[in-house]
Amino acid sequence: MNSVEQHLLTDSQLDRAQLEQTLSYIHQHKVDYADLYFQSSHHETWVLEDGSVKEGSYNIERGVGVRAVAGDKTGFSYSDAINIEALDKAAMAARSIAQAGEEKKIQVFSEHTVRQQFAPAQPITSMSDAEKINLLREVENAIRELAPDAQQVVSSISAVYEEILIAASDGTFATDIRPLIRLSCSVLLEKNGRRERGSAGGGARLDYGYFKELVEGKPRWLSYAQEAVRQAKVNLEAIDAPAGAMPVVLGAGWPGVLLHEAVGHGLEGDFNRKGASAFSGKVGEKVASNLCTVIDDGTMANRRGSLNVDDEGTPAGYNVLIENGILKGYMQDKLNARLMGVAPTGNGRRESYAHLPMPRMTNTYMLPGADTKADIISSVKKGIYAPNFGGGQVDITSGKFVFSASEAYLIEDGKITQPIKGATLIGNGPDVMNKISMVGNDLELDRGVGVCGKDGQSVPVGVGQPSLKIDEITVGGTA
Amino acid sequence: MAHSQQHPIYTQIDEVKQAVSEALSHAKKLGATAAEASMSSTSGLSVSTRMGEVETIEFNQDGGLGVCVYVGNHKGNASTADLSPKAIRAVVEKAVDIAKFTSDDPCNGVADKELLEMSPPDLDLFHPWEVTPEQGVELCIEAEKAALNADERIVNSDGASFASHQGLRVYGNSHGLLAGFPRTRHTLSTMVIGKDGGQMQRDSAYTISRERQGLKSATAIGLEAAQATLSKLNSQKLNTMKTPVIFRADIANSLFGHLVSAIGGGALYRKSSFLLDKLGQQIFNPCVNVLERPHLPKGLASSPFDSEGVKTLDREIIHGGELRTYLLSSYAARRLGMTSTGHAGGIHNWLVQQTHDDLSALLSTMGTGLLVTELMGQGVSTVTGDYSRGASGFWVENGQIQYPVSEITIAGNLADMFKNIQAIGGDIEYRGSVQTGSILIDSMQVAGA
Repeated sequence: MNSVEQHLLTDSQLDRAQLEQTLSYIHQHKVDYADLYFQSSHHETWVLEDGSVKEGSYNIERGVGVRAVAGDKTGFSYSDAINIEALDKAAMAARSIAQAGEEKKIQVFSEHTVRQQFAPAQPITSMSDAEKINLLREVENAIRELAPDAQQVVSSISAVYEEILIAASDGTFATDIRPLIRLSCSVLLEKNGRRERGSAGGGARLDYGYFKELVEGKPRWLSYAQEAVRQAKVNLEAIDAPAGAMPVVLGAGWPGVLLHEAVGHGLEGDFNRKGASAFSGKVGEKVASNLCTVIDDGTMANRRGSLNVDDEGTPAGYNVLIENGILKGYMQDKLNARLMGVAPTGNGRRESYAHLPMPRMTNTYMLPGADTKADIISSVKKGIYAPNFGGGQVDITSGKFVFSASEAYLIEDGKITQPIKGATLIGNGPDVMNKISMVGNDLELDRGVGVCGKDGQSVPVGVGQPSLKIDEITVGGTA
Repeated sequence: MAHSQQHPIYTQIDEVKQAVSEALSHAKKLGATAAEASMSSTSGLSVSTRMGEVETIEFNQDGGLGVCVYVGNHKGNASTADLSPKAIRAVVEKAVDIAKFTSDDPCNGVADKELLEMSPPDLDLFHPWEVTPEQGVELCIEAEKAALNADERIVNSDGASFASHQGLRVYGNSHGLLAGFPRTRHTLSTMVIGKDGGQMQRDSAYTISRERQGLKSATAIGLEAAQATLSKLNSQKLNTMKTPVIFRADIANSLFGHLVSAIGGGALYRKSSFLLDKLGQQIFNPCVNVLERPHLPKGLASSPFDSEGVKTLDREIIHGGELRTYLLSSYAARRLGMTSTGHAGGIHNWLVQQTHDDLSALLSTMGTGLLVTELMGQGVSTVTGDYSRGASGFWVENGQIQYPVSEITIAGNLADMFKNIQAIGGDIEYRGSVQTGSILIDSMQVAGA
């Protein structure tokens, strides 16, 4: 027995035999599948604002979710107490989704060794509280050194330590420990009465030591500080962005939010089973230019969007969504995979025990192409270059999506000229993917701060892409 | 009140008050010089259907306790979803630990005693509905059916959902305030998909109320969703141009949402607002008047006190276009040398006063321009006021809707947009914390083809 099973079951006077009994009890009704999801998570945040330790907070969450699935119907109940009474009560509520019937035998639990993308670190205790605050002070000092006239500097550090245990009637028994850390900083600069903010940050499924590791000779935290100041300075010089349809060159890394919105959500299994997505029924068809190969990959080492097992106990996968422009398949959880007659892909995720799992992205990115970034930019007569983005949103049915540039420049006669203000870009997923005419050789993933929202549930994700050129997309500037 | 104080929720409130009070005394024992704690809990039912069949039945039970302790001027926060006495003691200890590391900040502390609401009025927010999953499913199926049968171009459904929740909120602090109240919320919604000429569109409709009687009929919701979806079919892009824009009532409240961010104490003391130092100044067109009424009976954003126990008061937010108040918590108020306005945790029922009759009066006033019915993305900066969002809606000529438009953006700067508000309709949207009609802005940049 491992420590997770000890914490989530034994400490609450539960054991595997009891879980089998609960699942069998649910299967006295005509259900196809049932699972129990135990979770305990600890979350801390420290905020330093203008030299003062402004906030420290600590959150503890613990509970169990019980789900019964019959056909495409789901019964779900959960409890913030882990004990036999709560489990029984939740099981009774969940199985009410189906009529009583002949008891079907559940599969005997079997635990599999799965490939580990990250180690079971405990980030919260990996550094003393004093050291965490000191790290934030170093970030602020670095920012103030680069920008002595900074109006305001905020930095924050946070960590999650989560233990999960999944037991299902299909025999799945899995436990996992999921660390997650994040460091963010922002600076407000003022020049001639104009104020602009720059922000940066990063994170991973590791402990806090990650932020002190040297990359190209400097600690990660320092590169975040430098990046925040650089962005604020660029924004202070930005002129109004143009309005209208034009060529757009996206930078490598975080601009991969394009893929997350333009194709990612539209390729989630639930929408496609229901025929609600602009990509429904299009497996095998051309949905993007042949330069595009898009992957959802939960198996990347230590990445924010990575998983060892998903929230249904399925090992994380490397799933090709689009290959040379052809749609290859969707991202699936167990329910939608079964109803569509395919295998689950390791994309069944849930925000917590109190939420139902559904197909979600992990790390979504495009494979590199042959062009250099310099060649891509010099191919544009008049357009924009956007290396940094905020969030995005998609209407998966019409395919319309937006994403908002937080740093952008004009391209004039093949050269990057003026910085321009942030602007929202809008397009239609399948159209825009077909207008990708150049793909760079410089694939990068984001720094590890992405959060994806769907049906009110948030999960950590990653995005990435090489530099690429979209021949035409609408840019929502004011000029 | 129609309901009796005998409902079991009142016993539950007393138990939660006991837990909050124990958390506060445990904090004191551990050396906290002041403390506050709040606890909320919600229970109920959520069901959904799709294509006339049950999709999910969820039994909800959510809650949490948050503790904030002060050791002198040092603050520590901790919270837990596990409400066992052991867990509650553990989070109080954690909060006190954290206070050892946070800075000495004289602006920290619980709200000033004289601002607290020591005897909160009953705002009639609790209207429980002992609804069964079957009844919820029936409502969903009725709504969805009405939508699917409305027109042959409605070809698919994203489903319907119904939820009925009851909950409670208890707040206590070391000034001796310990108060709580129950509340309910019932909702029904459906979303359907239409198809015509190769284009697929979806749209939804919903109804929400504190009481069962306040919900619109399931059939009405279904028909509304079908109508909204059908009206979007065969949408076109617009050319890039400057044009007047009407924000339809159901999305116009987002404009005031940006105002809330910009006049919130946090953005102000951080100098991160485009409305810095604008108190008492003209920030809107003089036709704009906004009132706050926190005590509307059954109001969706009604509350007798804010999240720090500060009494909520009727206020003028905007009068004749002039900014009459900031929105301050105790901390932000002390940072700015002002007094809390009872806005820790948000606003309470804003009423935007109408200048015109209804949407058609607004369309006639505009003549030719864009009616926006949907906004996408987060392209708004509170620091600079720069605004750029995805939009869809309708092209309007001579006060008449011509055709649906999509895949466009609208852009400008909020400071200008606020000053260029020409008219506010009487088609009031009541379903949010800001109750406003449609809003006409005389010119914005549209980007399209």
